[in-house]
Amino acid sequence: MPADTQQKPVDRRWQRIIQTMLRHNNQSDALIETLHTVQETYGYLDPAVLAAVADRLGIPPARVFGVATFYNHFSLKPKGDHTLVICTGTACHVRGNDQILAWVKEQYHLTPGQTSADNRLSLVEARCVGACALAPVILCDGVLTGKKGYKETTAIIEEWLGHAS
Amino acid sequence: MTTPILTLTIDGKEVSGLAGETILQVARENGFFIPTLCWLDGLTSAGSCRLCMVEIKGSAALHPACITLIQEGMAVTTSSERLLRYRRAIIELLFSERNHVCAVCVVNGHCELQTLAQQLGIDHISFPGLYPDLPVDASHPRFVIDHNRCILCTRCVRVCGEIEGAHTWDVKNRGVRSQIVADFDTPWGDSTTCTGCGKCVHVCPTGALFEKGKSVAEMFKKPLGLPYLKAIRDLGV
Amino acid sequence: MPREKIDRITAEHRWFLDQFNYHILVCAGLGCPGNDDILRALGQTVRNRQLTDEVLIRKVGCMGLCSAGPLVLIRPGDLMYQKVQPEDAEEIIASLGKKPVERLLLSPDLAFFTRQHKNVLRLSGRIDPESLPDYLVAGGYQALLQALFAMQPTDILRCIQESGLRGRGGAGYPTGLKWSTVARAQGSPKYLICNADEGDPGAFMDRSLLESTPYAILEGMTVAAYAVGASEGFIYVRAEYPLAVQRLKRAIRDAEQNNLLGHSICGSNLNFRVQIRLGAGAFVCGEETALIRSIEGRRGLPRPRPPYPAEKGLRGRPTLINNVETYANIPSVITNGPEWWARLGTDKSRGTKVFALTGTIRNTGLIEVPMGMPLREIVYDIGGGLPGGHALKAVQTGGPSGGCIPAALLDTPVTYESLNELGSIMGSGGMIVIDDSASMVDIVTYFMAFCRDESCGKCTPCRVGTAQIHNLLTKFQNRKATMADLEMLEWLCDLVRNTSLCGLGQSAPNPVLSALRFFRQEFLDCILTDQNHEEVRP
Repeated sequence: MPADTQQKPVDRRWQRIIQTMLRHNNQSDALIETLHTVQETYGYLDPAVLAAVADRLGIPPARVFGVATFYNHFSLKPKGDHTLVICTGTACHVRGNDQILAWVKEQYHLTPGQTSADNRLSLVEARCVGACALAPVILCDGVLTGKKGYKETTAIIEEWLGHAS
Repeated sequence: MTTPILTLTIDGKEVSGLAGETILQVARENGFFIPTLCWLDGLTSAGSCRLCMVEIKGSAALHPACITLIQEGMAVTTSSERLLRYRRAIIELLFSERNHVCAVCVVNGHCELQTLAQQLGIDHISFPGLYPDLPVDASHPRFVIDHNRCILCTRCVRVCGEIEGAHTWDVKNRGVRSQIVADFDTPWGDSTTCTGCGKCVHVCPTGALFEKGKSVAEMFKKPLGLPYLKAIRDLGV
Repeated sequence: MPREKIDRITAEHRWFLDQFNYHILVCAGLGCPGNDDILRALGQTVRNRQLTDEVLIRKVGCMGLCSAGPLVLIRPGDLMYQKVQPEDAEEIIASLGKKPVERLLLSPDLAFFTRQHKNVLRLSGRIDPESLPDYLVAGGYQALLQALFAMQPTDILRCIQESGLRGRGGAGYPTGLKWSTVARAQGSPKYLICNADEGDPGAFMDRSLLESTPYAILEGMTVAAYAVGASEGFIYVRAEYPLAVQRLKRAIRDAEQNNLLGHSICGSNLNFRVQIRLGAGAFVCGEETALIRSIEGRRGLPRPRPPYPAEKGLRGRPTLINNVETYANIPSVITNGPEWWARLGTDKSRGTKVFALTGTIRNTGLIEVPMGMPLREIVYDIGGGLPGGHALKAVQTGGPSGGCIPAALLDTPVTYESLNELGSIMGSGGMIVIDDSASMVDIVTYFMAFCRDESCGKCTPCRVGTAQIHNLLTKFQNRKATMADLEMLEWLCDLVRNTSLCGLGQSAPNPVLSALRFFRQEFLDCILTDQNHEEVRP
C-alpha cells in the first residue's frame, strides 16, 4: 500500500483521532495511544489512517508500521460482525480451552486472528483476560462465559452464532 | 576536564582505556578478538546479537562487550570455553533460523556471518532449520532485499535512521516472525522515503541486501566509512 | 484548606452511610459476570417494597472467592451469599433482619476466609471502587496526609526500607533501595511508573486491585512521588482490562478534582499528575525497559541494563517503576509503621502477598496470605483441595517465567528464596494447581509457545532459541523425541537462559528446566526407544 499522506480522511472518526494526538501535543510518543483510538473508532488500523497519523506525528512510516504490528491488540484487518474471544491463559488451558479452540477451528474453519469469508465471525485468541478463576473463559461479543465444560461451551457458541444476526 | 584513564585486565593482560569506552573498544584497541554482528562502528549499539558476550569477574551473568562500559579494576574474560560454546551455538541458531546456503549466495566469501562461522570452527549446524518461506523484494531499481538471508541485526534500520536520516527501514511483527520492512510494508521500489543511498546494502553483514546484477560471490561490501559520515553529519558540514 | 475538605467529605459520607439499616454489597468485578442484573433486581425489589430509606445497595470490588460468585454481602452481620441470581433478590430483601437465606449462605468460618490475612485486599469487596468518599471513610488517604504533613521524603524512604517491602512484580527487588536510588539520582523531572501490564497468563491480582481499590494504588503512587521527587506518573495498564481502565480513569479524575492529585496536593508543595497509558498486548512490556519504550510510543524492545531506569528511564530521566501490588502496599506501611508491617511474613520475605489461585482447585479466586505460608495450607485449607477426586501433581508459580512445585514438596513455605531454590519464582502471584491428569510435557510446551510468541525478537537466543525449544518439545509431545533431543533441549535451555538480553528470555527456559528436574520421567516416556540415536554435539 503506497503511503498517500496527502489525502487525509476527513470525517468524525478522524476528528477523534486528531483529538487524541492533540492531547499529547502531537508528540511522537503519542503513537500507541493514537493507534488505540484508531482501533477503537475504525475497528482496525486502516492503512490510509495510519499514513495520516504518521504524517501528523512526524513519525517515519516504517516505525508506525513496526509498532502497529508489534502489539497483539492492533489489527490491520477489519473484524467480522461477531467476535469470539477464546482465552488461552494458563488456567483456561489446563481447564480445557485448547479443546474448545480446536473445536472452533474445525467447526468454522478459522485460525485465531482470522475472519470468516462471509465476514460473520472473527476468532481471537486472548493471552489472558484475567478471569482465571472462571476458567475456561470465552467471550462472545464481549459477554463473558466461564466455568463451563466442553459440551456446554460449544453449545453456547453454537446457540450464540445461531441467534446472533 | 580530562577523561579519566581506567585500568583493567582483559584475558589476564593489563590494559587501559578512557572512561566511557566499552569493553569492545578497549579489547579491539589491544588486539583481542571478540566476534560481533549487530555492532558496527558509527552506529548506536543494539546489544542484540549476543555474540560479544564476555565474562566479568565477580558477576555470574555474561555481559555484551559492545555496550558494557569499562570500569577501574575490571577483570574481563573474552574467550573461555564456555563463551566459545555459546558463541558457536548463537551462530548456529542464526544459520538455522532462515535459509543461509552459502554456496548460492551473492556474498559467498565476503559474508560476516560465514566468516565468523569459519573463525569459530563451525562445520555443521546441530539445530534443525526453521526455514520459513520468505519473500525476495527486487522492486528497487538498484538493490534487492532477500529476507531469507536476513539475521535481523538491524544495521540497515539503524544506518538508515541514524546516518541517512530517511528511516525507510524498520522491523515488523515480533519474535521469530520479525521481518525488516520498508515504510508501510511497501515494496522497496515504491518507498516514498528511500533515498536510494545504498548505505543499508553496504552495512548488511550477509547477503540479505545486495546490488542488482551481482551473481554468486560477486557482492563486496564497504561499510567502513560510517564513522566519517557520522562525524561529517555531526559537524553539520 | 484541602485537609479540612477531606475531613468534611468523610464526615458527610459517613453520616450518609449510617442512615441505612442495611447495606447490600454486590461484587461488580470481572470475575462475577451478571452482577448488573443482580444489582438491577435488588434495586427494583427495594423500590417495590419501599425500602429505599433503609437499604443501600452498592457495587463493590472483588470479594475473592470467584468460584462461588456472583457474591453478595449483607451488612451488618456480614452475611455472604454465593452464586446469587437475579431471581434471588426478593428472598434476600425479604430476609433482611430475619433469618438469612440458608440455601445461598456461605459459612463465615470457611477456611478460605479465616486463613487469609488481608492487607492489600482489606478494602477489596468492601467499598465502591468508584467512590472516593467510600475510600476516605475506610481510612483512605490518611497515609498520604501523614506523609505530606508529618514526614520528610527521607523519613518515608527510611520507613519503606525498614519495612523490608520487596517488589511484588516478580523479581522481589527491595522497594526501599529502589526508591532511594531514584531519590538520589540526578536529573529532572523524575518520572514514576506503575506497572499494571499483568501479562502472566493465569494471574489477575493486578486487575482485581485496579478494579477494586484504584484509589489505594493512586495513594501509594502519590506517596512514592513525594518520597522520590517525581512530578509525573504513568500507569501502564493492559488494554485487555477495560473495566480496570475505566475505574482508574474515574479515580484519577476524582482525585484531581479533590486536590489529591495535580498541583499543590492537599495544600502541600507536592505537584504530581498521573496519566494512563494503555498496553497493547505484549508480555515483554512487563520488562521495565521495554515498558518504558512502549510508553514512549515505540516497539516494546528491552535494552541492556545498566543504566537502570532508576538513573536513566523514561525520556532518559530517573524513573521509579513499581508493580501495582507494591504501590497498593504503601499506604498500610506508612499508617501502621514499618515495624507492624515487617512482623508479617518471614525474615527475608516480609508482609503479605496476593495470589490468584486457579486451576484444578475447589476455591478459585484471589487470596492474600502472609509470606511463608506452606503451599499445602494454601492449596488444601484455603483452596479447599482438588475437586472430583483428582490428586495434586504440582503447583505452578510464576507463569511462563516460573516453574512447578511437585506434590512431594508441598510443605515449601512460599517465600522468594524458597521458590527460587526450587527453580521457580514468586512471580507476580499466579498459582495454578495442576492435577494428575495433566501432562507436564504438555504444560511446558504451552509455556514455551507463549514465550516464543511473546519474544520481542530483538536478541538471537530468545528469538530463535525459544522457537527451537518449542519445536523440540512438540517432538516430545508427539512421542517422537530421541535421547539426543533431550540433550539438545537441556543445552538450548542453558543457552537461552544465559545469553538472552532481558528477563523474558533469561527466564523462558524455567518451566522446562523445572519440569525436567521434577518430572523427568515424563520426558523420558516420550522418547522413542527403537531408534538409532544421532550424536549431537552442540
